[in-house]
Amino acid sequence: MCLAIPGQIVEMFDDDHHYAVVDVCGVRRKINIDLLKNERLFLGDWVLIHVGFAMSKISEEQASEQLKLLSMLDESDEAIEEVKGYQFDKERI
Amino acid sequence: MKYVDEFRDPELIRKISEEIRRLVDPNYHYRFMEVCGGHTFSIFRFGLQNLLPENIELVHGPGCPVCVLPMGRMDDGLSIAQQPNVIFTAFGDVMRVPGKHGTPLELKARGADIRMVYSPLDALKIAMDHPDRQVVLFAIGFETTAPSTALTLMRARELDVSNFSVFSNHVLIIPAIQAILDSPDMRIDGFIGPGHVSSVIGARPYEFIAKKYRKPIVISGFEPLDLLQSILMLVKQMREGRFEVENQYSRVVPYKGNISALDIMKEVFEVRPLFEWRGLGTIPQSALKLRPEFAKWDAEVRFQVEGARVNDPQMAQCGEVLKGVLKPQQCKLFGKECTPEHPVGALMVSSEGACAAYYHYVHLQDAVGK
Ligand code: SF4
Repeated sequence: MCLAIPGQIVEMFDDDHHYAVVDVCGVRRKINIDLLKNERLFLGDWVLIHVGFAMSKISEEQASEQLKLLSMLDESDEAIEEVKGYQFDKERI
Repeated sequence: MKYVDEFRDPELIRKISEEIRRLVDPNYHYRFMEVCGGHTFSIFRFGLQNLLPENIELVHGPGCPVCVLPMGRMDDGLSIAQQPNVIFTAFGDVMRVPGKHGTPLELKARGADIRMVYSPLDALKIAMDHPDRQVVLFAIGFETTAPSTALTLMRARELDVSNFSVFSNHVLIIPAIQAILDSPDMRIDGFIGPGHVSSVIGARPYEFIAKKYRKPIVISGFEPLDLLQSILMLVKQMREGRFEVENQYSRVVPYKGNISALDIMKEVFEVRPLFEWRGLGTIPQSALKLRPEFAKWDAEVRFQVEGARVNDPQMAQCGEVLKGVLKPQQCKLFGKECTPEHPVGALMVSSEGACAAYYHYVHLQDAVGK
């Protein structure tokens, strides 16, 4: 639970500032970005994701480090499972 | 078990590990506590203890949220799950934690509607999809997870979803560290501070550890190199007689933390006067409950919760292991009655629990080696 998942922002919504779409190893899911409302997020930015929420903005280099860490810990499949498990993107919450 | 050559930068790893060896006092036995379960997991997975001199001992702390949950809270949650018309939701780790009458998974097999979710927002979605049912989220986690629960509650209020409620078991890291520092049977020389909890609370709340208790603390990332660097920083501080909060993970952890996450937590939660922790007893001001403004979404208000107190199974020594007094394999049940397949205590459930980590990466290795 303590390990966060890195994802890249691939879609932002003009009409809904609570959410963005991230790409995590090819899997796309909507996540909540309210915890980063003090930071300006742009398309292409990388974030650490925890339970469906963006927790911190990170650099691309840190993102690839984190992905490497997950694979060294044999946790990448679980991370992708988790992201696939987010169901709330099917409708606006 | 990983070997040094598999690490990202084996040369640097060797250098740091040699530097640690060079700087330690050979006549002193160092005890450093990694507070966070994510660190415990990393340390075991990478076999980091093998890269350290024998007189540095890593003690596993209370930073795994399912491990510190007392059985009574589990049973309170499960009593809600068994009420008619309830859909009970929980994260994966919680599903295998034993209560007095079984785990959530076992109760589900017996007919209760218990569902695993990956996000608190999914519990809210289930509530919106089933307006005729009561949907309850069993919320756990330190400050890494609490802001997400808080935001989900704010969304529930905004969207006026009235059949959703949260059974909050959110706990706070600082009072847990304080309890360990105040515990008479503890002798910790320094702390490896949690990485992702600190991205929310920042480095500032740890200042009292350095100032009042005169112990060094280094906030650390999760890679082998991060952890070794942090241990080196602790050794250096001790050698130089310094007690400071240092931030090895500054690429993710700002000194002041995540202000909007902290504000959101404050808006939704208040601090409980007392909360029981497995192994650490009752700690004042160590957990979060919903504010009265959110009473409508508070499962403790909506359902009759007994406030059960259940003693851990006899012979289980989860408490001693959580405080770092015993090593997992010193528990009488370790690897016998208590295994990851049939956990007696929560420390055997989550991959971040000391017993499960130890079982997978040390016990198995010993078995193969024999
Ligand atoms: S082996 Fe099982 S019972 Fe013993 S401390 Fe670990 S989790 Fe608790």
